[in-house]
Amino acid sequence: MDMLDFPLLNFVTFLPLAGALVIMLVIRGDGEIAARNSKLVALYTSLFTFAFSLFMFQNFDSSDAGFQFEVQSSWLKPFGINYHLGVDGISIFFILLATFLTPVCILSSWDAIKVRVKEFMIAFLVLETFMIGTFCALDAVLFYVFFEGVLIPMFLIIGVWGGPRRVYSSYKFFLFTLLGSVLMLVGLLVLYAMTGTTDIPLLMQADLPFDVQKWLWIAFFASFAVKMPMWPVHTWLPDAHVEAPTAGSVILAGVLLKMGGYGFLRFSIPMLPDATAYFTDFVYILSVIAIIYTSLIALVQDDMKKLIAYSSVAHMGFVTLGIFTITQQGVEGAIFQMLSHGIISGALFLCVGVVYDRLHTREISRYGGIVQNMPKYATVFMILMLGSVGLPGTSGFVGEFLVLLGAFQSNTLIAALAATGVILGAAYMLMLYRRVVFGPREHHDALSMPDLNSREMWLLIPLVAMVLWFGVFPNQVMNKISPSVERLIAEYNDKLNGQIHDAENIGQE
Amino acid sequence: MELLAVFLPLLGFVIAGLFGEKLGHKGCQFVTCACVIIAAIVSVALFMDVIMGQDAYVTVLAPWVVSGDFTVSWALRIDQLSVVMMCVINIVSACVHVYSVGYMSHDKHRGRFMSYLGLFTFAMLMLVTADNLLQLFFGWEGVGLASYLLIGFWNQKKSANAAAQKAFVVNRVGDFGLALGMMAIYIVFGSIEFQVIFERASEMAESYFTLFGYEVHAMTAICMLLFVGAIGKSAQLGLHTWLPDAMEGPTPVSALIHAATMVTAGVFLVARMSPLFEYAPDALMVVTIVGACTAFVAATIGMTQFDIKRVIAYSTMSQLGYMFFALGVSAYGAAMFHLVTHAFFKALLFLGAGSVIHAMSDEQDMRKMGGIWKKIPVTYVMMWIGSLALAGIPPFAGYFSKDIVLEAAWADGTNFGHFAYWMGIAAAFMTAFYSWRLIIMTFHGKPRASNSVMSHVHESPAVMILPLVVLACGALFAGKVFYQGFVGSSSHHGDDHAVVAEHDEAHGVHEDVDHSETSEESHETLAYAVNMDHPSLSKEVFWKESIVVLPENDTVEAAHNVPKWVKYTPLAAGVSGIILAYIAYMFVTGLPAFVKSIFRPIHTLFFRKWFFDEIYNALFVRTSLMLGVLFWRKGDQGIIDRYGPDGIARISSKAGSSIGRFQSGFVYQYAFVMVIAVVAILSWFVFKGFDFGIEMPKVGGVE
Repeated sequence: MDMLDFPLLNFVTFLPLAGALVIMLVIRGDGEIAARNSKLVALYTSLFTFAFSLFMFQNFDSSDAGFQFEVQSSWLKPFGINYHLGVDGISIFFILLATFLTPVCILSSWDAIKVRVKEFMIAFLVLETFMIGTFCALDAVLFYVFFEGVLIPMFLIIGVWGGPRRVYSSYKFFLFTLLGSVLMLVGLLVLYAMTGTTDIPLLMQADLPFDVQKWLWIAFFASFAVKMPMWPVHTWLPDAHVEAPTAGSVILAGVLLKMGGYGFLRFSIPMLPDATAYFTDFVYILSVIAIIYTSLIALVQDDMKKLIAYSSVAHMGFVTLGIFTITQQGVEGAIFQMLSHGIISGALFLCVGVVYDRLHTREISRYGGIVQNMPKYATVFMILMLGSVGLPGTSGFVGEFLVLLGAFQSNTLIAALAATGVILGAAYMLMLYRRVVFGPREHHDALSMPDLNSREMWLLIPLVAMVLWFGVFPNQVMNKISPSVERLIAEYNDKLNGQIHDAENIGQE
Repeated sequence: MELLAVFLPLLGFVIAGLFGEKLGHKGCQFVTCACVIIAAIVSVALFMDVIMGQDAYVTVLAPWVVSGDFTVSWALRIDQLSVVMMCVINIVSACVHVYSVGYMSHDKHRGRFMSYLGLFTFAMLMLVTADNLLQLFFGWEGVGLASYLLIGFWNQKKSANAAAQKAFVVNRVGDFGLALGMMAIYIVFGSIEFQVIFERASEMAESYFTLFGYEVHAMTAICMLLFVGAIGKSAQLGLHTWLPDAMEGPTPVSALIHAATMVTAGVFLVARMSPLFEYAPDALMVVTIVGACTAFVAATIGMTQFDIKRVIAYSTMSQLGYMFFALGVSAYGAAMFHLVTHAFFKALLFLGAGSVIHAMSDEQDMRKMGGIWKKIPVTYVMMWIGSLALAGIPPFAGYFSKDIVLEAAWADGTNFGHFAYWMGIAAAFMTAFYSWRLIIMTFHGKPRASNSVMSHVHESPAVMILPLVVLACGALFAGKVFYQGFVGSSSHHGDDHAVVAEHDEAHGVHEDVDHSETSEESHETLAYAVNMDHPSLSKEVFWKESIVVLPENDTVEAAHNVPKWVKYTPLAAGVSGIILAYIAYMFVTGLPAFVKSIFRPIHTLFFRKWFFDEIYNALFVRTSLMLGVLFWRKGDQGIIDRYGPDGIARISSKAGSSIGRFQSGFVYQYAFVMVIAVVAILSWFVFKGFDFGIEMPKVGGVE
């Protein structure tokens, strides 16, 4: 394949960074023209990145369970650390999600961001490179750099362009993630020490003693659990969402929350299978608590963003549950749920942004009856709400159902408890919708808001269309994920079963 | 052809929904009505095909969810059970569509209303034509969505929004059971395709699996879980509280969704899953008890309500109870029979009530009606026909179906069957009573409405009357016409059992038409098609393998041989109910108040609907909200944050002030700190990692 001659993956990963450099170096001044130019550069860069990622997707061989488009070169050679990128069925869609949502975010902040526009665009493009890098890094150190690097622009986006309590929020965000990253770093150290390599595909082959696995698992878990976020390290998320600007919330919910789940799939399960099996029940319990606990909290929220943020924690509870069932349905469901949640919650935050831009409040009780003046908005919001509730026919259903199906195979009680989240989910989302969109005419300012303008329509319609399309034809995604997940599970089971056998082999060598 | 019958309503929905503004109200109404009428005609044609001996077949459209060995497709299953449902759905829906053109003529959003009706019809058709449980679930939740949208159609009314949300959430509780049941089926059978499940049902009859840590009989567990879904959707006792509130929606919606079709989905589900239920006698027993209790309790509440629509809503609930205890005694055919006749006469009653409400300037309280029968004679006659059918008076449709249901319950021979029979008789008496209470309060006596309302009382336009007439025909003739086919005895040709058994085996896979099937039979069925009333047509010949009844459970067969008094008691109960209603509300008008004063506690219990709403509110709604606040304030803020990030900030006051300085800093400062931190961490890692590496043993793939 002549594709291999062209380092497409490098290109996709670093194009946004190049765009950021262009804005930084070429565009001078702080005036309106500079702001406009940086917006345009950012938009075109992100659109080209998306186009290239689509091109990559076109050439992705879905029958191949291994890594594709690999790029490799020595980086810190003396230590055996390489620059190594590649994608498989698990990561390709996360990359697409990131490249798709970035232009959406840039467009959504077209009018909403008024100060330091240039810096905002730079931050966003840098963020995009880090996000893509996280999902395609095949070297643990490289992964770590991207994984933690994401925090810098995100931290800035909340801290600089956020709401009134942005400092507290970014402090909290920082503190939680710091805890995770330090532990993960230690984990990586040990991993390297044990195996002498940081190459992820090689690490996946490694067989580590159970005791080491246990400690490593906890170290990685700390980092991924915070990023997910799992209960009880979730409290940074509602605050971060509330204070973040709309685009920040979209990318946070849409892509950043998926990095934890991706981490579990890339590190915990393939590298530490015995520990994973050992901690399964622990993760189940945390997931179920997350689902029920945060759903109940979401029921009593008065702030739209907080409500959706808490619902995200509940949805991520399904993801962790699904991943740790290590069944075909559970893991595929979890991946699908992450992708679907990325689109739905991203779009929901956009919807909040739409009314926030008009009325400058997120308080639910300040709205009501806006279906009358904003019918298009009401329709879009309705479909997204139904997606979030997991109605069959929307993408939200497929993931949730497969996760529960996977969970039911390994623990019926856990599955039943998690399924109560589906009932509670309907309760809080319908309540949100009813209080914001339906109801009597009460607030005149809310009732004089104009309906979606064409920019907003063009932003939301593709998202809504995807929610419906992947609800009806999820197989177009699933069949590309399947081979890689199959391999992941097969190798996991081989390792678990073949533990003694392998140990003997090593002994003989 | 089945594609037309199922997808035309969807087309109507999409066209009216997306281009509603361009089409205008007239355009929307035309498109949606045309779509559903064509769909109705096509489904009648499909029905005729099946009568003519067309075998069941499945049309696969596209793969849906494929994950490992879990594969589910979008597919349409056309068999006896689904064509019967398709006919009911499309015909009633077509009537309601046309009726709505008149009923909603003053509504600003009538185009949207029509599109929602189309959506509902489509979802319901997907439910009944599903070839696997997941697609059934799609339709199941789809009709729930349409119901939600339509109950809350007048979205400025707070009560309507609350009712819509309640309907959706309460239904979700049922769906929770259905979803778990579906998963249990997958665990036990390895598939959720009907074909696979039904074929393997008998061999799995004695299998066990672990549920919640207990070893349970697989079939019983599965059927109980599925039945939870049916309880929710069909408003059976326990999850029924949403149905009366759902009357907040426009009346055509109540007729279509909350009387004729959606609420019968639970009945359809159990009938469809009859091959499994037959091997779960304990689950069937529960179905019988729940159904019988629902029939009774709903009737008691129905006697005391004053809202005309709520009375009919409780009567719907009560009639659904009949269908369920019929299912519970394995009389699936009888349940389906009652489902069909009920769809006609209950839709008729609701649309008639709508016509009354329309005439009375949107008044629904029967205490403010009366003395209008001469002004709206057609509506009055229609209500009579509907009520006679409901009360089970011959020769109206309800007589045939209700009697066979009760007879089958008796013929079951068990205590539960007898319990259901007597509950059913009591409910039949109350049903007749409240039906005539409704007729007398609404139409007779002195006018109790204001003069301005009375001066506006008028007969509804033709566009509303015509659908009533169509439904009235159903309420009049559906009983007689379908009796032989749905529940008819096979005693005329005793060897039919053998034929059917053979048929079962021959049709291990009946995805495509098998013309080699016994030709004499198709000749026979040709004759039945001409006349459904044919004496040699029987339930076995009609339902074929779409309904499975074990020979020892065949209560419908036994129902034909019950003692005479069992056959006549329901009729006697009905007639005496009517007579009592006349006495109490027409001749001795002080009687209701007198009885009320004597049995005050019982009346309060009935009038307040057995306090279900109050209990649920305290038990679930308020508890959830309380827990929500508790977890939020005490859990998140009081414990996690207090001892987490806030605690760290508090511990070192220094940190607090440095954070303060941090806050005021520039954007570059943040970035700088972060970059420095990452670089520092990295370099530390690189060097430390190297040293570390020498000491530790190396395992796995290393160069």
